Amino acid sequence: MLRSYPPQIVLEAVLNGLLTGAVYALVALGLTLVYGVLHIINFAHGAMLTLAMFAVLMVHLGFGLDPYLAIAPLAALFFLFGYGLQRFVISPASRNDDGAILLVTLGLSIVIENALLAVFRSDTRSLTLDYSFSIVDLGFALLSLPRVIGFGVAILVAGALWAILALTDTGKAIRAVAKEKLGAALVGIDVNHVYAVTFGLGAATIAIAACLLMPSFYVNPRAGNAFVLVAFTVVVLGGMGSIPGALVGGLIIGVVESLCGLYLGDSLGQIGIFLIFILVLLLRPTGLFGARA
Amino acid sequence: MTAYRSILLVVLGLAALPLAAPALVGAGIFAGANTLYNLMVFVLIIALAAQGWNLAGGYGGQFSFGHAAFFGTGAYAQAILQTRYGINPWAALVAAVALGALVGAVIGFLAFRARLRGSYFALVTLAFAEVFRILANAAPITGGAAGTLVPLDVRWANLQFASREAFYYLALAFVALVLLLNRLVERSRFGTYLVAVRENEDAARALGVDTLQVKLKAITLSAAITALAGALYTQKFLYVDANIAYGAWISIEALLAPIVGGIGTVFGPLVGALTLIGLGEAAKVAIHALFGSAIPGVDLVVYGVLLILVIAFAPRGVIGLLDRRAR
Repeated sequence: MLRSYPPQIVLEAVLNGLLTGAVYALVALGLTLVYGVLHIINFAHGAMLTLAMFAVLMVHLGFGLDPYLAIAPLAALFFLFGYGLQRFVISPASRNDDGAILLVTLGLSIVIENALLAVFRSDTRSLTLDYSFSIVDLGFALLSLPRVIGFGVAILVAGALWAILALTDTGKAIRAVAKEKLGAALVGIDVNHVYAVTFGLGAATIAIAACLLMPSFYVNPRAGNAFVLVAFTVVVLGGMGSIPGALVGGLIIGVVESLCGLYLGDSLGQIGIFLIFILVLLLRPTGLFGARA
Repeated sequence: MTAYRSILLVVLGLAALPLAAPALVGAGIFAGANTLYNLMVFVLIIALAAQGWNLAGGYGGQFSFGHAAFFGTGAYAQAILQTRYGINPWAALVAAVALGALVGAVIGFLAFRARLRGSYFALVTLAFAEVFRILANAAPITGGAAGTLVPLDVRWANLQFASREAFYYLALAFVALVLLLNRLVERSRFGTYLVAVRENEDAARALGVDTLQVKLKAITLSAAITALAGALYTQKFLYVDANIAYGAWISIEALLAPIVGGIGTVFGPLVGALTLIGLGEAAKVAIHALFGSAIPGVDLVVYGVLLILVIAFAPRGVIGLLDRRAR
């Protein structure tokens, strides 16, 4: 039994879905980048997002740093963190075997999530900023200011990531390793370094996503999980390893979630996402933009 | 024959627990006999769920991240069939296993027919478990977010026992049965095909193995065993809700135990469940002694670290380490 809503409410739900979707896309970008190059799913992605969200919280409480000003330092810090994690933990522990990488990242996610639980307990925290509840009036719809900013920055970051991959030497090396690891090694590319840089870039996008989320979202030790399952869906829908796919997939999923929430209620809102996820996996595992494996 | 003898020895060793119980409680390791039995029954239930995972994941190489889908189906079937339909708990146990097998067959059929492997298979099983969790949390028949409580009515016919040992022996009997079953599978043509699928699916198919059918059989049997674990959980704790039944925790326990114990071995899941839960409890006790209060999540940090260490240094698990020492 679908309720009917006036078009303005549906329009507002769609716009809000697009805004959320952009942040989903950003979380998914890190995941898809790592998948495209290392061909593994990073199960620690959600836990790393939670860690980043707590980092945003701490730098705000500790140094009074505004989340948006924390973007640059936290992105740099998480790049180093991701680089080190891949180079000194994941790669040596798994000997670059696919099944082992999957399990090592699962192990990392369990460690990070529960270490956060041990330190911060299960309380839910949020930031109080004077612009947390500011509104942008478009005339036909009211939108939350932090989410509009999040949308803009997410699109910018996606563009920047694309530019890094397309235009820089590092980007060329990443693409070379993604296509043909052995060939890349033969022409003198340090494959382990490239893996770690890719992982670092993935971690940096998560840190940025966390900065964009915190002004309007809450955090607890399991907060990242909600995003990571959505991010898996986005990545699968858009095509594993595809950056435009992640962007379009994120926006689609954001709108689907928003409309499901409107019509089915909050508790069932996420069902639509998982059904899309399962259907895409079963019917078209390469997604919208992915190449046949 | 030695394999069957070692199964017998291990089971007899575990069956002797009640003899050691007074000493363990007396030494102050456990607060009381109740604590000890609750913990050991929990270990056996996890071992059973892990034995199920090991069949498809260990022998067949199909890494499921969503065995909660089967555990939860068994747990809910056991609770709902007796509280809402008045079915005898023993009969409900059989039905719970059958329903778990059915869910395994359906998910397996969908996933394997779509040729999902590796990460993709892990993801789709995870998604199914999550869908079930959300549905169970909202549907009226499961009791929604409040869960389902099985009324206390201690009678043999009711699968509720007055003595602490009885349930322990029941769980142990099931674990022993599955140990035997695992051994038979290992020796069978089906088991050989399953290992062939794990090692090289394309080569197995080229040699004429019906890989789809082999994987389907494996996931169905696997789901049935894990559903049995779920049904026993309900019967032991007499309560189930969506986060217990379909939560990620059981998917993780079912997968960690065989990997830590020794993936694709008969004893791996049991050894892994004992190691994980033993170390987790030890960590809790140590934290309590150091800080004077409990800190949540510490046992799980230990699990995660252990998983990474095992993969890095002991890919054949605890059993592999013991083997190496014996030689």
